[in-house]
Amino acid sequence: MKKSAKVSKKPLSLKEIADKEGPGTSDKWDLRLYVAGQSPRSLTAFANLKKICEEHLQGRYNIEVVDLVKHPQLAAGDQILAIPTLVRKLPQPLRKIVGDLRDTEKALVGLQLRPTDSEK
Amino acid sequence: MAKVTRKQTAANRTLPKSLTGIQGLDEVTGGGFPRGRPTLICGGAGAGKTLLAMEFLVRGATDFKEPGVFVAFEETAAELAQNVRSLGFDLDQLAAQKKLIVDFVRVEPGEIDETGDYDLEGLFIRIGAAIDSVRAKRVVLDTIENLFSGLQNQGILRAELRRLFRWLKDKGVTAVITAERGDGTLTRQGMEEYVSDCVILLDHRITDQVSTRRLRVVKYRGTAHGTNEYPFLIDEDGFSVLPVTSLGLQHKVTNERISSGVPRLDTMLGGEGFYRGSTVLISGTAGTGKTSLAAHVVDAAGRRGERSLYFSFEESPAQLIRNMRSIGLNLDTWTRKNLLQFHSSRASFYGLEMHLAIIHKVVRDFKPHVVVLDPVGSLIQAGNQRDAHTMLIRLMDFLKSRQITAFLTNLTSGGAALERTDVDISSLVDTWLLVRDIELNGERNRAMYVLKSRGMHHSNQLREFLLTKRGVDLLDVYVGPEGVLTGSSRLSQEGREKATAVQRQNEAERKERELTRKREALEARIAALRKEFESEEEEAETVIGQESTQEKLIAANREAMTRSRQADVDSVPAASKKTRRSQSEKVGQS
Repeated sequence: MKKSAKVSKKPLSLKEIADKEGPGTSDKWDLRLYVAGQSPRSLTAFANLKKICEEHLQGRYNIEVVDLVKHPQLAAGDQILAIPTLVRKLPQPLRKIVGDLRDTEKALVGLQLRPTDSEK
Repeated sequence: MAKVTRKQTAANRTLPKSLTGIQGLDEVTGGGFPRGRPTLICGGAGAGKTLLAMEFLVRGATDFKEPGVFVAFEETAAELAQNVRSLGFDLDQLAAQKKLIVDFVRVEPGEIDETGDYDLEGLFIRIGAAIDSVRAKRVVLDTIENLFSGLQNQGILRAELRRLFRWLKDKGVTAVITAERGDGTLTRQGMEEYVSDCVILLDHRITDQVSTRRLRVVKYRGTAHGTNEYPFLIDEDGFSVLPVTSLGLQHKVTNERISSGVPRLDTMLGGEGFYRGSTVLISGTAGTGKTSLAAHVVDAAGRRGERSLYFSFEESPAQLIRNMRSIGLNLDTWTRKNLLQFHSSRASFYGLEMHLAIIHKVVRDFKPHVVVLDPVGSLIQAGNQRDAHTMLIRLMDFLKSRQITAFLTNLTSGGAALERTDVDISSLVDTWLLVRDIELNGERNRAMYVLKSRGMHHSNQLREFLLTKRGVDLLDVYVGPEGVLTGSSRLSQEGREKATAVQRQNEAERKERELTRKREALEARIAALRKEFESEEEEAETVIGQESTQEKLIAANREAMTRSRQADVDSVPAASKKTRRSQSEKVGQS
């Protein structure tokens, strides 16, 4: 039940910026990754996420890892069912991606970093 | 020692169950849902799945001290609270008391993208946290199949659901899972595969524009359960399932008799009235006074201080009370004292099962001693004849098992045979009274007789049935050479008979007087004769007296003569013959 490594906590200030600037206009990315303990799947997901962010959002992102084993009450807030779940809090609209983000292409589509076929 | 062991094995054999607290459902399931295991409730839209699940939780929290968690996948907590408030469940209060919490799990289709592996640990954690927060013993997942619309990976989902139910079992909570009914399958997503201990199917069927809700225990592993379809009712008190059709025919019986409220009728029924807990049927053609007789039964119950329930399928309570006042029955008195309750509803208003369920419920609540159904025949309108028949059998069984005297009226439709009922219940009733009309000499009169009455001596006589200002009255009919006479012909016949009787009495008196006179005359004659005889006797005695005096005189004379003739004194007594001969000789000589 060790807490997952590398967590920076500044979601509120970023959220305020987002509110000020309006949805979708912020270039700050606020991501939250929900995990349950240090399962291999959670670690994989975190590693994959880190990789994607470094590649596409260098310097503009903030990842918060929430361990539901330690804070089960937080699961209700973002309606978390599956583990791991990545929630894009900012930019809006809110997006949810479940899974270990193994499929980078899909993850990028989910994060709207790459347009889907239908959105082209 | 051996005894104890046997007891333990018996206890092991029976599955531990959690009472649902839902009216009737515990009877059907033989004690509730399997404790510590998941139960599946499936049914179509609007079948009442959520409500049943919610009542299971609420009853558990309030009646059995088992806190619960309601995991809602469809409605928010606020919506749910609002929906069940009409059933008298206050979810907010229960939540404040930490007895029941609602956790809304939103699953938006298309909101979630999937990349790679995942599991449902998030859901597990949420449910686990909710369970821990109130120390829940009961959990409802309503409707977990919604997950299938939010998550695409069926393989993961199915594996995780299987793990979820396993996990719930390990946690020892009694879980209820609701699921939408699929085409030809119990549930759309085959939930019955995962939840296989107890499956309950709810159904909402419409036959002839009348809807009936039904419940069936499809499967209950490791325990006996009712297999029929049981109608159920959702009303302001929540769910109530109609309990098992008790076809056991093992009712307790009593020898106690209760009055019908008509003294003459009691006399006809062995002098004491009906048996308590028996089923009485009164049938007859239109306007023969069936309802009036029913009102008497109710009135008599009121006088004994007993409660009555009057189910009227044709008249409103106010109309009944007004009409019965015309025959001197003030049913108002009993309604005010809460000894009488009316339930008026058109037979076609609900389905038969609904009627039955309502009657069951009202009877359970009011606990009456007497129940009147007026008239039962109209129940056919709520279904067909066969269903009405079955329904009535079940109803009669139910009332009998509670030792409630049932009084049914049945209208014999014009032209139909008198001795049959539209719903074919005549063979099931204990006492059958038949009211018929007799048309004679331009008037129509009512007559009643006891067609049958099990277990008591009863009169075989036809009685004239009168509705007077003081209620029902039964009179002897005139049966004579002219046939059965009722009404004014009976009155005139009685008048004629009275006149004849008077005449006969006069005649007898006259004859007696004549006899007396004759006797007196005879006695007078006897007296006269006796007088006559007495005078004759006197005369005769006088004559006899004179005669003997004369004789003495003659004898004296003769002696004197003898003496004067100087006969041998000594020889006279020795030879009187000689003397007489010698005398005659001497007379001849002389």
